[in-house]
Amino acid sequence: MKAHTSKTANFFIWLVVLALTASCLLPLLNMVAISFSDSASAAANEVGLIPIHFNLNSYKLILEDSQFWRSFGISVERVILGTAINLILIVLMAYPLSKNKRVFHARNIYMNLLIFAMLFNGGMIPTFIVVKSLGLMDTIWALVLPGAVPIFNVILLMNFFKGLPDALEEAAIMDGASKMTILFKIYLPLSLPALATVSLFAIVGHWNDYFSGLLYMNRAVNYPLQTYIQQLNIDITKITDVSQLSSLASISNKTLNSAKIVVSTVPLLLIYPLLQKYFVTGMTIGSVKE
Amino acid sequence: MQLTRKKGVDLQLTRKQGKGKNSQLMYHLMMLPGMLFLLVFSFVPMLGIVMAFQNYIPAKGILGSTWVGLANFKYMLEIPDSLQILMNTVIIASWKIVLGTIVPVVFALLLNEIRIKWAKRTIQTIVYLPNFLSWVVLAAVVVNLFDYHGPVNTFLATFGVKPILFMGSNHWFRQIIIGSDVWKGFGYGSIIYLAALTGIDPGLYEAAEIDGASRWQQLLHVTLPGMLPIIMMMTALNLTNILNAGFDQIFNLYNPIVYETGDIIDTYVYRVGLLGQQYSLGTAIGLLKSVVGATLMISANQASKKFANMQIF
Repeated sequence: MKAHTSKTANFFIWLVVLALTASCLLPLLNMVAISFSDSASAAANEVGLIPIHFNLNSYKLILEDSQFWRSFGISVERVILGTAINLILIVLMAYPLSKNKRVFHARNIYMNLLIFAMLFNGGMIPTFIVVKSLGLMDTIWALVLPGAVPIFNVILLMNFFKGLPDALEEAAIMDGASKMTILFKIYLPLSLPALATVSLFAIVGHWNDYFSGLLYMNRAVNYPLQTYIQQLNIDITKITDVSQLSSLASISNKTLNSAKIVVSTVPLLLIYPLLQKYFVTGMTIGSVKE
Repeated sequence: MQLTRKKGVDLQLTRKQGKGKNSQLMYHLMMLPGMLFLLVFSFVPMLGIVMAFQNYIPAKGILGSTWVGLANFKYMLEIPDSLQILMNTVIIASWKIVLGTIVPVVFALLLNEIRIKWAKRTIQTIVYLPNFLSWVVLAAVVVNLFDYHGPVNTFLATFGVKPILFMGSNHWFRQIIIGSDVWKGFGYGSIIYLAALTGIDPGLYEAAEIDGASRWQQLLHVTLPGMLPIIMMMTALNLTNILNAGFDQIFNLYNPIVYETGDIIDTYVYRVGLLGQQYSLGTAIGLLKSVVGATLMISANQASKKFANMQIF
């Protein structure tokens, strides 16, 4: 195959691929460079990929910003609590659902309910009213409970369980193992890649979500980090005429906001190698036949 | 002998027990916690859709509010913005579906030609990254990039183009929304097509080569037909999003100046229904959207079962 690729064709392939790759990297690097530059150069849009008048002022300001760290802490708490709840429920539901109808008689009824809940929802407003009437507003529970059962991930793990050989379970039953023992001692250790995938999806989802914070937190002190950042960006959406839009760059505190955004993505970058390892698994086992 | 036989009977008994009433109960118990959460946060809100047929007043609740039949739906059709919002949604979503399929496929094909392993891995690491960042973060990146004095305008200026107010221009807003969405997702989207590419039998290429097929002919007659089922399935799946033009993205990037071209169903429901407290109207719009979405999803599942022999659920 390789012998047939002409030099010109090869050149253009590299050119396009590298251009697309650069388009993904450069805008992000620009943001990082701005966060390390001085405010004047940043406001004047002079910063490219290398910081101008390199300094750590923005990061020092962040260190002293108590609301930033409070929001950061809420996000961390939410990721831990939310992912734990997600995982427990996913595992408990995926196991019985992976059995066929003869083994678990009500299996198809549950499955249909799940699919129905996945396809159809009451929408933003009725959900909001439920959360509000349960008194969850301004609590961490409003951020983790409404999405406690990620149905797509339940199906993903269910499909993975289905792929495990039946003989394993039969052997365990002969040894007198209970369902719980089978699930936790046999199925889970064999499902680590699938569990990693599901957990990482949950972690990224919880960390990146800003909207439930906006919906369910009345007081800004309770905002998770993404909602906090969203409020920094918001001046652009509040604008009503064009003149305001063009002066935005100079009035907003560009370097500080960029630094906050950079810090907010650090946790994701830390788990990125793991993400990269497992999300391919996720995409392939997610689309398995039933 | 006798002992072994007895043991065998015991085993059978245990196995039967494993599938008996006790284990049915155990299975139900395992389903219980998750089903309770679904009941409260999915099924109860579904009852809330009756608000779409009421003039819902929070203080009176669902039981106390008056029934108005289809008045909310009629009103929806009478709002002058309705058609515009529907058009915005469908236009933006359609372009996202089309380009969001073509670009990842082409990128996967190109990347597949790159045989230097470390370069390929590095490129993959970089292009998958934007997918994992939230629209809150990426909106800041996009706004910075398309700022009046920003990098894009600076670049255009070298060709003598006057600065453009991209984020406040009804001429450019949709292009930026569509472009940045494709930009965020193309790398991650290419994973599944790369997997499909490695699944094509190398023998087919050898045979084609022996028959004197050029690389271009191999692409047309071997590679693309091999990828077609997965492309069809992904397109069917994506089509279900025809009314989801991407709330998170648009919500973080739009402003009143570009409502004309950028306001979509979801942003409208949030602004008018929730912030404007027109709960009944918002629910009615949401209901209509949900019905269309569910119908499309079921059709997509049927279609992918038929064409790709794969089922989504």
